[in-house]
Amino acid sequence: MGLRQSPAMLQEHFLSRSRRHESLMGWLFATPWVLGLLLFNLFPFVYSFGLSLTSFRIGYPTEFIWFGNYVEMFTDDPVFGKSFGNTAYFVALGVPLGLVTSLLLALLLNQKVVGVPLFRTMVFVPSIVAGVAVALLWLWILDPNIGLVNHLLREIGIRSPPLWLQDEDWAKPALIVMTLTGAGGATMVIFLAGLQNIPTELYDAARIDGANSLRQFFFVTIPMLSPVILFNTITGIIGAFQVFTLAYVATGGLGGPNNSTMFYALYLYNISFWWGRFGLGAAMAWFMFVVIMVFTMAQLALSKRWVFYAGE
Amino acid sequence: MATTATQPRTLGTGRRSRIHWIGIIHKIFVYVLLVSISLFFFFPLLWMMTTAIKPTSQMFQIPPIWIPKPPQWDVFHTTWNRTNFNVYLGNTLLITILSMIGRVGSCALVGFSFARLRWPGKNVLFLITLSTMMLPFQVLMIPQFLIFKEIGWINTHYPLWVPAFGGAAFYIFLMRQYFMTMPRELDDAAKIDGCGWLGIFWRILLPLSHPALATIAIFTFMSQWNSFLEPLIFLSSSKKYTLALGLAMFRDQFDVDWNAIMAMSFLMVLPCLTIFFLAQKYFIQGISTTGLKG
Repeated sequence: MGLRQSPAMLQEHFLSRSRRHESLMGWLFATPWVLGLLLFNLFPFVYSFGLSLTSFRIGYPTEFIWFGNYVEMFTDDPVFGKSFGNTAYFVALGVPLGLVTSLLLALLLNQKVVGVPLFRTMVFVPSIVAGVAVALLWLWILDPNIGLVNHLLREIGIRSPPLWLQDEDWAKPALIVMTLTGAGGATMVIFLAGLQNIPTELYDAARIDGANSLRQFFFVTIPMLSPVILFNTITGIIGAFQVFTLAYVATGGLGGPNNSTMFYALYLYNISFWWGRFGLGAAMAWFMFVVIMVFTMAQLALSKRWVFYAGE
Repeated sequence: MATTATQPRTLGTGRRSRIHWIGIIHKIFVYVLLVSISLFFFFPLLWMMTTAIKPTSQMFQIPPIWIPKPPQWDVFHTTWNRTNFNVYLGNTLLITILSMIGRVGSCALVGFSFARLRWPGKNVLFLITLSTMMLPFQVLMIPQFLIFKEIGWINTHYPLWVPAFGGAAFYIFLMRQYFMTMPRELDDAAKIDGCGWLGIFWRILLPLSHPALATIAIFTFMSQWNSFLEPLIFLSSSKKYTLALGLAMFRDQFDVDWNAIMAMSFLMVLPCLTIFFLAQKYFIQGISTTGLKG
C-alpha cells in the first residue's frame, strides 16, 4: 500500500469509527423506548393474540381452542352484538357531531374581534376537566327528578321530561351531548391552528373572483383544512371506539338501562375483569383493534380523493 | 367574514357607509354568538361549584339559585375528611409526578435519537413507533395485567408509573418534531468545541426545548391525574386508590349527597384548571403542532 492512499484511508477509518460510535449512541439514547416498546407494547400485543386463542379464565383450566372465542362472540353472545352496535352508534353520531361543533367553534373563535382569548379559554376549559368528575357533574345535571335540565324542562311546560341516563332511548344521546362539551378542546384548537395557517391571499383572490363568504368557505377553507379534518376524524374515531370512563361512571359499570350504554370497551372490561374470561376478552380486544385498523386504513386510502395538500 | 367590511375604501361614500353598517351588525352578531356559546360551555363547571356550596334547602329551588346565601364553604373540609381523600391525593401525586419525570426524560432522549443520530434500524423503529399510536389500550391491558400479576405488581402503584419511563409514541414524535426544527449548525458548533452526543443533547438542545418538555409534562399530568381505567384494573385495596378511582367509589357510597359529590369533583378538577391557566400557552402550542404535523 502506498503512502499516498493513507490519508483517505485514515479519514475513512475515523469516519467509520465515528459512524459506529453514532450508531451505538443512537441505540443507547433510544433504549428507554426500545424497552418500553417491547415490554409494554409489542409483547403484550402478541401475547393477547395468543390468549385470544385459548379458553383462559381465572380459576379454570386453560385449553387451546383456536378461534373458539371469536366464534362464541359472533354467534353465541347477544350482548356482544349490542355493545358493538352501541359503540357504532356512538361513533357514527358522536364523531361527526363533535367534528362539526369543533369546526364551528374554531370558525367563530377565528374572528378578529376584541376579547377572543377570553372566549377561547372559556370554551377550552371544559375539555381539560375530563374523566370521573365531569361524568358525575353530568349525572347530577341530568338527574331525572332533581337535575337542572329536567327542572328547566318542567318549567317550560314539559310534564314528563326524559329520564335521560335511566331511559333506554335517551341514554346514548345524553352521553353524546356530554362528550360534545369537550368539543372546544384539542380538536377545536387543531382546527383553529389550521384556519390560521391558510394564507389570506387565497381569500383575497376568491373575493376578486366574486366568491361570497359561503363559497369562500367551501372552496377555500374546507380544501385547505382537509388534512386537519382527516387528522381529527381519525383520532376522533379511535377515541370514540374506546369510550369507557363516562359510561362506567354514569352507569356504575353496568351499562344499563337494558345494556343501552354497554359500550364495547365497557363490555370488554366486564368480560375480562368481572367474569375473569381473559381469553374471550383478548379476542374482543383483537377484534376492536382490527376494526380500528380497517377504519384508519380506509380513511387514509379514501383521503387521496378529498384531502388537498397545499405543499405538494 | 369580518374582513369583508373593511376592504373597499375607494368606493363612494354611500356604499362605504352601508358596508360600515354591515360591519357593525356583523360584529354585534359575532359577539352575541361568542358570549352565549362560551357561557353555554362554561356553565356546567359553574353549576358544579355552586352546587357544592349550596345549603340543602336551596338545592332544589326553582328558579335555580346561582349564588347561594350563605355559601357553605365548610363542605370541602368536612367531605374531604369523611373518607380517605388524603391517602388518595398522596397516591395520585406520587403516580403523577413519577410519570411526568419518566415520560419527559425518556421521550426527550428517544426523540433526540430519532431527530439527530444516524443508526441502523432507525427508520423501521420509527414506523413501528408511529403505528403503536393506533394500538388501543384494550389490546394491551389483559396481558399487562397478567405480566404485572406474575411479578407481584398488582395492587401496587408500579404499573401506573413505571411504563412512563419507557416513553410513549405520541410524545416521542412530538420531541422528534421539535428537535428537527432546530438548526444542525448548533450540533456542529458544539462538536467543534469538543462536545459529545450527550453534551449536545444535555447542554445545547435540551435547554432550548423547554416548550416541548413543558407540553409533555402538562399533558402527562392531565392524563395521569384523570386516569381511570388503569387504576381500576391494577388497584384493588382502597388504601392504594387514586383520586379518580376514590371519587367514583365515593359516589357509590354517598349516592344522593350531591353537595358532597360536587364538592369533591370540584377539588378534583381544580389542579387541572390551575395548571391550564398558568400554562395555557404550552397547551395550545403543543396541541396545534402535533395536529398540523401529524
